[in-house]
Amino acid sequence: MKILVCVSNVPDTTTKITFTDNNTQFNTNGVQFILNPYDEIALSRAIELTDGGKGSVTVINVGEVNTEATIRKALAIGATDAVRVNTKPHDAWYVAYQIAEYVKANPFDLILTGRESIDYNGSKVAGMLGELLDLPSVSIIKKLDAADKEATVEREIEGGKEILTIPYPFVAGTAEGVAEPKIPNMRGIMSARTKPLAVIEPVEVKTYSEVLSYETLAPRGQVKLVPADDTAKLVELLHTEARVI
Amino acid sequence: MSVLIYAENAGGKFKKSIFEAVTYARAIADQNNTNLVAISIGDVSKDELAALGKYGAEKVLNVSGDKLKNFVNQAYASIIAEAAKKQDANIVVLSNTFSGRGLAPRLGIKLQAGVADGAVALPEQNGGKFTIKKTAFSGKAFAIVELTSANKVIALVPNSYKVVETGGTAQVEDFAAETKDSDFKAMIKEIVRSTDKISLPDAEIVVSAGRGLKGPENWGMVEELAELLGAATACSKPVSDAGWRPHSEHVGQTGIAVSPNLYIAIGISGAIQHLAGISSSKVIVVINKDPEAPFFKVADYGIVGDAFEVVPQLIAAVKEYKASA
Repeated sequence: MKILVCVSNVPDTTTKITFTDNNTQFNTNGVQFILNPYDEIALSRAIELTDGGKGSVTVINVGEVNTEATIRKALAIGATDAVRVNTKPHDAWYVAYQIAEYVKANPFDLILTGRESIDYNGSKVAGMLGELLDLPSVSIIKKLDAADKEATVEREIEGGKEILTIPYPFVAGTAEGVAEPKIPNMRGIMSARTKPLAVIEPVEVKTYSEVLSYETLAPRGQVKLVPADDTAKLVELLHTEARVI
Repeated sequence: MSVLIYAENAGGKFKKSIFEAVTYARAIADQNNTNLVAISIGDVSKDELAALGKYGAEKVLNVSGDKLKNFVNQAYASIIAEAAKKQDANIVVLSNTFSGRGLAPRLGIKLQAGVADGAVALPEQNGGKFTIKKTAFSGKAFAIVELTSANKVIALVPNSYKVVETGGTAQVEDFAAETKDSDFKAMIKEIVRSTDKISLPDAEIVVSAGRGLKGPENWGMVEELAELLGAATACSKPVSDAGWRPHSEHVGQTGIAVSPNLYIAIGISGAIQHLAGISSSKVIVVINKDPEAPFFKVADYGIVGDAFEVVPQLIAAVKEYKASA
């Protein structure tokens, strides 16, 4: 089985998010970038499914040269090879379009993304890829079992789950539960340096969204402390002051 | 032109998140002096459909059929896109639910539309410029995004827009849409819905607990408090990682983001990753024995104390309040 895993390069989960230039630019100063945690789950599952010579795992990233550390991390975890589309990832539309162009020329049995990237949280690339390639897509899955001709997936729904079977090829966005993230070992790290990383140039795409500016969260007022032995006071405040119960 | 709202049903009924989305879409239609058409796919009664008029839909397109009884991402996207074209709708609104997140990107491509996922407020439309506020950085910030396409797809975050009932009954029309066989490749084998519990993304009150509870055997009081308040239960990442609670309860940057009216955090220190997932909660209550816990800095109300003493007392206090109310 040939699996493609789409990965993005995102700020570390502990990052305090701030902006510069009158709140129009994300402040990357001092920010460490990592492999998107959900993509790491997709990658780990792809490696499990192809373990023991049962296929290959290609990772693709749309990004400039500074994302290569993240791509090498994916190779160290165990991807077979990698592709970088050499351009700034303008938005999900742009990224999906670039990956779809690559897949049209290089077909895969299964295309995985993370359920969302932790920077823009759009959950859009999987669905857009499905539409651009006329393939089924399933947006947020918690389990992925692969058989010969089809896979069985568990999709999250509000207050439950749906179990679906989907024939290959298809696109899926993975969430927690699909696999435990793998940690690269020394051999993986060493071999990652020599694994193939192809750099291809983007195709021209018209896009329809522009981020104009950002807002940080409005600060909350000082916390109102209630004595531990007066929980009735808390209930009263929630009822009369906050009006939430 | 018109505005089209996709009214997603869960087992034949519409949830509050859909009434929010219809109300929201009504406001967008009003911004543009145009009408609001809803579309429902699946098995929903005529009365339930007509009731969408209460929230401002003038007309409801009803699509039904054996193959369409349950959500099929590709087929549903084809039908909604066709309806948008036939109704001359250049703005399509959805609720940012699990299914909505599957549909929005496919609709974006089909309609050559810019997609605003995770919208939290009405768009601003000035001099042909269409901007909208959406969540970004996993709840740590918002982005103001301009959609530059003629067609637009907007997915509204549940619990971010207030339901308004304007009265009225919508006119229900059957709508027959063409689908192709390749739209039905994904087959549903089973749907599991827990009916006895309130689902986390839908909940108006969430009771959440962390490592401070010491073990899964101590969750009884969390569940009891949640049940009393009509709340959903949630947990922090270390708790779901340890297998004390299911992943579906994990709230935070790499779990579910929630925006309930009331979030009660018990024995959770408040790591930045956890706060990201709950920051848009309207009121936050923190119960923690460590007065230095970072969670207190973003809380509205707090109790410094041992959860094993405070929570049973809180349960008693809520019972007393409910008995007197």
